[in-house]
Amino acid sequence: MAGSIQDTFFEECEELLEAMDEGLTAIEGGDQDPEIVNAVFRAVHSIKGGAGAFGMEELVAFAHKFETVFDDVRSNKLQLDPKLIQLLFRASDHLADLVTRARDGGQTDAEHHDVLIKALEEYIDEEEEEIVFEPMGFGGLDMGGLPDLPLPDLDAMAGGMIDTASTTPMETLYKVRFHPLKEMFATGNEPFFLLQALSDLGTMDVTLDDSELPGFDVMDLDENYLAWNIELRSKEPRSAVEAVFEFVEGLCELTIDTEEVEASEVPGDADGDAALSALNDAFGTAPAEDEPVAAPAPLAEVAPEEPKPAPVAEPKPAAAPVKAEENTPPPAKSESRGPKPTLRVELERVDRLINAVGELIINHSMLAQQIANLDAGDVRDVEIELEGFKNLARDIQEGVMAIRAQPVKPLFQRMARIVREASSATGKNCKLVTEGEATEVDKTVIERLSDPLTHILRNAVDHGVEKPEDREAAGKSKMGEIRLSASHRSGSVYIEVRDDGAGVNRPRVKQIAIDKGLIPENAELTDNEIDNLLFLPGFSTAKEISNLSGRGVGMDVVKNAVTSLGGRVNVTSTPGKGSVFSIILPLTLAVMDGMVVSVGGQTMVVPITSIVETMRGNDEMLSNLGADGTLLSIRGSFVPVCDVANALGLKDPFSDHQQPGVFLLVETETGQRCALAVDDIHDQRQVVIKSLDGVCGNIDGVSAATILGDGKIAMILDPESIIAASPAAAFDPDRRMSNASAS
Amino acid sequence: MKTKVLAIDDSRTIRNLLAATLEEAGFEYHCAVDGREGVDMYTDVDPDVVITDINMPNLDGFGVIEELRGDDFASKVPILVLTTESAPEMKARARGAGATGWITKPFDDDSLIFALKRVTGAAM
Repeated sequence: MAGSIQDTFFEECEELLEAMDEGLTAIEGGDQDPEIVNAVFRAVHSIKGGAGAFGMEELVAFAHKFETVFDDVRSNKLQLDPKLIQLLFRASDHLADLVTRARDGGQTDAEHHDVLIKALEEYIDEEEEEIVFEPMGFGGLDMGGLPDLPLPDLDAMAGGMIDTASTTPMETLYKVRFHPLKEMFATGNEPFFLLQALSDLGTMDVTLDDSELPGFDVMDLDENYLAWNIELRSKEPRSAVEAVFEFVEGLCELTIDTEEVEASEVPGDADGDAALSALNDAFGTAPAEDEPVAAPAPLAEVAPEEPKPAPVAEPKPAAAPVKAEENTPPPAKSESRGPKPTLRVELERVDRLINAVGELIINHSMLAQQIANLDAGDVRDVEIELEGFKNLARDIQEGVMAIRAQPVKPLFQRMARIVREASSATGKNCKLVTEGEATEVDKTVIERLSDPLTHILRNAVDHGVEKPEDREAAGKSKMGEIRLSASHRSGSVYIEVRDDGAGVNRPRVKQIAIDKGLIPENAELTDNEIDNLLFLPGFSTAKEISNLSGRGVGMDVVKNAVTSLGGRVNVTSTPGKGSVFSIILPLTLAVMDGMVVSVGGQTMVVPITSIVETMRGNDEMLSNLGADGTLLSIRGSFVPVCDVANALGLKDPFSDHQQPGVFLLVETETGQRCALAVDDIHDQRQVVIKSLDGVCGNIDGVSAATILGDGKIAMILDPESIIAASPAAAFDPDRRMSNASAS
Repeated sequence: MKTKVLAIDDSRTIRNLLAATLEEAGFEYHCAVDGREGVDMYTDVDPDVVITDINMPNLDGFGVIEELRGDDFASKVPILVLTTESAPEMKARARGAGATGWITKPFDDDSLIFALKRVTGAAM
């Protein structure tokens, strides 16, 4: 139980930390809305509150400092200047670290911790210092000046060193006079319950003092004329008695006198319920069930004469819960206010649903195929229903995907921290600007994007943005800007990291690639190709491995991570102006729209999103350039042809020249166009993506597999990698055509 | 009849902790995620006692107390303030608004039950 509540706490912490970061970012951006400051304060406050419940002291202590400073910001005692904002950011980052540490264990940087605590303390007045977590209730209060009675020393008793007479548990006789003031009733405090709580502490005798009660003619109905004299025998310390009246301090006249008595000397003859029944009589309440009968030890001399006041004399207002009028319609829940209601569901359940939907779609294709194969006459009605089935299946699929979709905002917010840390580690000034935070992406994609994005951003700070002095010399502002944006474009998610740094140093990059033997010395590369050398395995431009983006890990890690998500990454760069890293991802990892084609006698699927146009070719449209490949002429421009069967090794490249078949015009991420030659097009349909990982590993040109309507397995092609592997990749239309015209 | 508690707190952690403790102790537990929702739920839930946080979005704990004690509801139900603010002025302000008592976070189960007992008389 405690474990799962603790899990909730950590989940909630993540959300709160995000809210904090978001708030701080808004504040940094000059937003003056007091509600933002309040929201950040509440976030820190809630983390502290939860951490306290689980005894995470370090976290509580730090959150407390943070909160104290922020409280002063909230009450305008402190002015938010850039220095303080930076400190708050660092504190927020550290708080996140402490939360992580509380969850996963491990070490935080003690030095950093102390530095931050000191820095925060500089903003804290001394008198508001000192965290107090007074546990409420027994022993926690010290309202009266009198010292608590000593409890029996259990160690001494165990040791048997002291004679038995003095170890008899001491009881105390508390003589309490309790006179509620009329103000007490406005707070919902109920004398009966207080006396009942008091009776739990020991045995009790209650006498009602109604001597102040005036005649009916002069009675003020709001006034309370009654008081109670209570004699309580209890082993509990005085503080426990006082704790009962904690809530009514100042709302009543209360005196507590004590006398010590020895429990063993008291005759145990009277009935413990007497006091309670007297109470019940006094209030006209039924006896509470299961009221524990305390050790019988009331005072013998007070038992007999007990005044029984008439209930009518009771002047206090009705204390029973007053129902709001039944016929008042409950206030309608406003739709516009607050977040929409949400439901927390285990991810596994959603994934089961997604799997089932995938099967449903496959099932639909099989059914469609079988109906098409039926030799029955008129199946139009069936086909109409089938079409409805298909639309419903698609609706369900989209609905299920939407469950998994989450905004990239939390991911982007974490990245702000990466940039902050990277900036301070490299001595550069960078700020992160985010765009399209509401863009929704599959949860798994978001989770797995974190590492590659971190890497790209560190790289952008480390290698992209120049040092402040260099920037100034180049006529730029000292503060570098890194823009992180997300958007949906034609069935894909685009994530871009755009810096305004120096851009890729192409001569150096090329030289490094040559030095490392990654490309031949005489390689002729376009600017874009040079930029994308960064993604080659083993490439690292840092002269010495910097402690930031270095560590011997290159951008190829980024590429691998993105590719494993079915996405692509590339970089374009303008010298002196900066670089743009683009990550293009499929919207979902489970289903996509594909074009079913046949290639070299096999059925394959090409993602629709990569196809610009399809056409049937003829001889006139093709020009053979020999070993360099074939060009397809489309409306006056030339596009290199990539024979898919060749590229996949399904036919001997020298067996015959390009047969005019069907061409799928695709556009690569770099904007290059290429025509994929296939044998035929069959269909366009939704296919369920089945990963090949763990079945046969990575195959160049193939991204995954699917099951078609006839139950056969078809490979899903990755046009990008097919083109990259074919001669068409080396084709630069401008260069070729100028060569061609020159000759 | 179980004693009905309406707990108002924007922290899921605290709500879960309260739920665990109170349900185990035999209370009927209802909760709201902020002050506004708490006040909106009040009539439907018709609680025997309200426990409210102070720092909340939409409507804070003081606002909750003021509305419930105000003319619209004229509630006489005990309201316990659940807060890490142990500062005396915070308690005074809550009481001025009509709070019955307070529970200081982090609370332990005994203190929580003890506080509820003092204001509702609920038998444990």
